[in-house]
Amino acid sequence: MIFLKLFLTFFEIGLFTIGGGYAMLPLIQEEVIKNGWIAEAELINFIAVSESTPGPFAINIATYIGSIMGSEFGISGGIFGAFCATLGVVLPSFIIILIVAKTYEKFKKNKIIAGAMSGLKPAVIGLIAAAIINVAHTVFFPSGFSVATFTTPTFWVSAVIFAIMTVLALKKVNPIIIISISAVLGITVGYALKLPI
Amino acid sequence: MSKSKKILQLFITFFKIGAFTFGGGYAMIPLIQQQIAEKKKWITDDDILEIIAIAESTPGPIAINSATFVGYKVAGFFGSFFATLGVVLPSFVIIMLISFVLRNFTEYQAVKYAFYGIRAGVLALLVKALWTMYAKIKKNAIGYILMALAFIVVTFLDINVLYVIAGCAVVGIIYSSIAARRIKK
Repeated sequence: MIFLKLFLTFFEIGLFTIGGGYAMLPLIQEEVIKNGWIAEAELINFIAVSESTPGPFAINIATYIGSIMGSEFGISGGIFGAFCATLGVVLPSFIIILIVAKTYEKFKKNKIIAGAMSGLKPAVIGLIAAAIINVAHTVFFPSGFSVATFTTPTFWVSAVIFAIMTVLALKKVNPIIIISISAVLGITVGYALKLPI
Repeated sequence: MSKSKKILQLFITFFKIGAFTFGGGYAMIPLIQQQIAEKKKWITDDDILEIIAIAESTPGPIAINSATFVGYKVAGFFGSFFATLGVVLPSFVIIMLISFVLRNFTEYQAVKYAFYGIRAGVLALLVKALWTMYAKIKKNAIGYILMALAFIVVTFLDINVLYVIAGCAVVGIIYSSIAARRIKK
């Protein structure tokens, strides 16, 4: 029964992926490719799709594979397959966080929990900074760092968009508006200068 | 505000967050910060750091974890249910469309250009979010050390984030118990 199998497989993936995002990639590779649900190359292509669509990778890949596998049974099968896989990948987080949230308020004042949090908060700042370096790398040096990059229009257009958006963000413009303007700028300047992307 | 109205607002807010989080994971932090903390004042910036710490140390994507957590904090079980549904729905619908009709949608030049722009915008949003949270966090020597260590270890050494989280939690526990003992004396 493919629908049950989709649910169970993605439940397992959701349960054992700590940290989220691409941390789940090895597990997906193992489970999904082993089942013959998707080829390695298609999985790699899908990473690009997931980067260009909103939402977490986990949800995107579950919905996609569920939809493809269920589609053998028509469009409604595709929707149901996507539903089963997505429900599977979401459910473990949902249940665990629900339990944590229920108990957290009670234990918040607990010395050990409060102590752990006092160490974790600055760590999270460091983690976000690390994520920013990663994103900055893909924005400014998509094909690896090199001095030659500084002479390309692609680099400078990115830099200008980044600078404008930083100013808007500091002026507390809604992030949704900032993302929308960035997309429009990317398209208009991209076509105007025929940027090689 | 009545509870059912709060639940509806949770759904709408997380739907927006789900629809505009590109790049996953930390990319949603600026949105949560602006929509949930600044605009609705349901949580504080300090709560966001706590939620990320919890989300990083439990299974599943940060998006789901924070939606469930914030939803519960604001309006109990149904709050967490509708917040999670809201954050998942945009991805679900868009990926369904892609899988049915737009399999090669990343090949379109306009899509490539749009994301070229969006990535730079997301970077700006992240920098601003980091800046505000850094400004508000309690600062002491041990905090600076942990901040720097977490950053260096994750950026330059190929070490799983989970170990960083566990290590910093342990340091926090030891440090605060030593500090508590000193105050007693």
